[in-house]
Amino acid sequence: MSTPYDLIVIGSGPGGYVAAIRASQLGMKTAIVERESLGGICLNWGCIPTKALLRSAEVLHLAKQAKSFGLKIENPSFDLEAVVKRSRGVASQLSNGVTFLMKKNKIDVIEGTARLEKGAPAPKVIVKGKDGKDTPYTAKHVMLATGARARDIPQAGLVADGKLVWTYREAMTPDVMPKRLLVVGSGAIGIEFASFYNELGADVTVVEVMDRILPVEDAEISAFAEKDFRKQGLNILTGAKVENVKAGKNVVTADITTKDGKKETKEFDRAILAVGIVGNVENLGLEALGVKIEKTHVIVDGFGRTGVPGLYAIGDLTGPPWLAHKASHEGVTCVEGIAGKNHAEPFDASNIPGCTYSHPQVASVGLTEAAAKAKGYDIKVGRFPFIGNGKAIALGAENGLVKTIFDKKTGELLGAHMIGAEVTELIQGYVIARQGELTEADLLHTVFAHPTLSETMHEAVLDAEGRALHI
Amino acid sequence: MPINITMPALSPTMEEGTLAKWLVKEGDTVKSGMIIAEIETDKATMEVEAVDEGKVGKLVVPAGTEGVKVNAVIAVLLEEGESAGDVKALAAAPAKAEPAAAPKAATSVPAPSPTLVTPAKAGAQTSVAVMERPGGVRIMASPLARRIAANKGIDLKALKGSGPHGRIIRRDVENAKPGAAQPAPGGAPMTADGLILPQILDDRVYAPDTYDLKPLDGMRKTVAKRLTQSFMQVPHFPLNIDIQLDNLLESRAAINAAAPKDVKISVNDLLIKAAALALIDEPDCNASYTDKGIAYHRHANISVAVAVEGGLITPVIFKAEGKGLAEISEEMKDLANRARERKLKPQEYMGGTFSISNLGMFGVRSFASIINPPEGMILSVGAGEKRAVVDEAGAIVARTVMSVTLTCDHRVIGGAEGAKWLAAFKRYVETPEAMLL
Repeated sequence: MSTPYDLIVIGSGPGGYVAAIRASQLGMKTAIVERESLGGICLNWGCIPTKALLRSAEVLHLAKQAKSFGLKIENPSFDLEAVVKRSRGVASQLSNGVTFLMKKNKIDVIEGTARLEKGAPAPKVIVKGKDGKDTPYTAKHVMLATGARARDIPQAGLVADGKLVWTYREAMTPDVMPKRLLVVGSGAIGIEFASFYNELGADVTVVEVMDRILPVEDAEISAFAEKDFRKQGLNILTGAKVENVKAGKNVVTADITTKDGKKETKEFDRAILAVGIVGNVENLGLEALGVKIEKTHVIVDGFGRTGVPGLYAIGDLTGPPWLAHKASHEGVTCVEGIAGKNHAEPFDASNIPGCTYSHPQVASVGLTEAAAKAKGYDIKVGRFPFIGNGKAIALGAENGLVKTIFDKKTGELLGAHMIGAEVTELIQGYVIARQGELTEADLLHTVFAHPTLSETMHEAVLDAEGRALHI
Repeated sequence: MPINITMPALSPTMEEGTLAKWLVKEGDTVKSGMIIAEIETDKATMEVEAVDEGKVGKLVVPAGTEGVKVNAVIAVLLEEGESAGDVKALAAAPAKAEPAAAPKAATSVPAPSPTLVTPAKAGAQTSVAVMERPGGVRIMASPLARRIAANKGIDLKALKGSGPHGRIIRRDVENAKPGAAQPAPGGAPMTADGLILPQILDDRVYAPDTYDLKPLDGMRKTVAKRLTQSFMQVPHFPLNIDIQLDNLLESRAAINAAAPKDVKISVNDLLIKAAALALIDEPDCNASYTDKGIAYHRHANISVAVAVEGGLITPVIFKAEGKGLAEISEEMKDLANRARERKLKPQEYMGGTFSISNLGMFGVRSFASIINPPEGMILSVGAGEKRAVVDEAGAIVARTVMSVTLTCDHRVIGGAEGAKWLAAFKRYVETPEAMLL
């Protein structure tokens, strides 16, 4: 039996490894268990490698537009293998970075698959190593950060086979460039892959069961995005159902029922299932410990406490939004709660930005217009299109929109919604405004540098007051 | 033109009240003098009379609404020939109490702030980035917290922030009541007027299912506020004395035997009379400390503490020095009865110059009450009981004795003055015939 730890974190994704670093900073003797690669899905199979892919697509897009910039690039094209290789290289570089961070913070990395057994003051952690041997570890606190994986819907015939029917994992390491691609689901993951493959020349069909794409975004942004994607050649079917995705020898067939009720069997080269995710709650021994689980997600309070003494859970495992930065923040919150930091604040889910790195990008924070109205707010809405922004025009990125929603009574920025170039970087300005509880008055008085895309953020605030300058 | 019926100020201290009950409904015809509503003020439940005649067009404030500010429109009366349509214009006017309080927070802003927004549209609101404490210390508060505080009429000075570095953030003001402060870790929470707030109800101390919670009504709040103020701000001291009651009890028996059937003088009635006479004898003690000077009262207006359900009230026997015992007795019975029904008028429980609180009937031997400001003294009367007393001859005899405590406001009454008053009071009680003089 090894020496007891203060904290063992199970899973080294952006939730787990960040929590481990924070714990180490607070003087806890910390270990982290990982069954695969440090950095988890985010670094290895999610956020980061897809951004690398999308960057390749973006550069290609610009190269194709070279003429409009007065440049000459003959027949810009791509090497799929090299594009994927670059993406894997970026992922591996970052995973190595996490290895370094663990070392620097004196965090023990335990390789293997963990499960829990009853114990006090916290459950015992048994790690099955690569050699198949079980090693027990004990700690005062145990944090589950096991994340989530792509969801299958077998009853609708939506099951990935890893060959022709892909999840995000295969989709970012394609063996061939599919000519005809079906993307089921139009959340961030679906839309990003759709955008990537469309840029690379695939004939992409996105099917969304809801009445609009990016359904968690503001309806206006969804509509803007749909119009833009269609213009880029994406086939988008909203209010449509996909069933029986069947992998044949070389092709995939799928039954698609469109909005008007017409059912058709269509053929594709590949299909990507992006119909949500499920929490990795299995084989951990959670049932025996009496951990509360609802729809594959562990139920926790604002400090990640599961109700089982000494056991915590954070990140994708605890439910939406399934975002790396949500997991990291939850991890930090949980550790600070354990350490009893004076100013430990419980996790607040109301101010988490959401980003989709498609072309154009989509970013948002806070309430949509519909949600604000449903909550009974009396609102002021401001809008500003990128076409009114000098920098956007200079960049050749005049297609975009910023929308702000304020509470008329208090001036609170209830929500901000953006589509266009680099909005995933811009959104942070609004997130800080919300965190700092700024009102419209403070934003009106903030000086925005010229020429920048961020001026659209200022204008969207001015517009809520009927004072937009450049439109 | 429809007539607005506004929340009346039923006492000088009343700032807001609860509209307890409507006795009319929309469409009813009311005549001048008719009782139309019951209002619970800080002290009592009062009836509201209609002043004008007309038809009730609209009850703006529903029954049971708490915290209705004085002068807020509570109903609209239609005159002859007017219809419900005419109500709209008026009812759009001030019905809710909160806007009235809104400017409060802004008044502490030094000079015209350079950060005031001048909006092109009326919609935008102003925001003030920096607020100064009187001492020049900056109040750290988020802009949103400031806005909400201004909307709700909350003074930020009274709040303690729970944000980073003690910054006042939204949640600190959202739950605060106008004029109240938020619980804060460490340091006693204070209200704007420097009063310490009641204990915060914390689930970690009392689990929610282990008690029954009764909301504070106007009377309970006023009692709490005034007694806290008194106990903390009035430098008070107690003086004790034992008084033999045998003569008084004999006199009382004789008086009651001789009195008409419906008159029955109580010991308390006699003590009221004795206290009043002692105050006239020792006029230095019939005094109130005020901001303008010490008010020496010409009459002895005796407040008598009456326990009522949900609190305490002190109806006053005015000019008790000149009233006969039968008169005092009768008045006292009437006042006590109406106090229990919470039907006293403000002028019946305000204006006392001295208080008596008697717990003798509960067997309490001795206690010291809290001064009832702005009065200068309060007398706490213990139980009359047989005690062994050494008489003038040196013999141990059984006498009926009561212990009384006089609590004095030291700002107006010195130890010697208090003692002299007690001596006078003792003389009247032990020699009740002197009251006839």
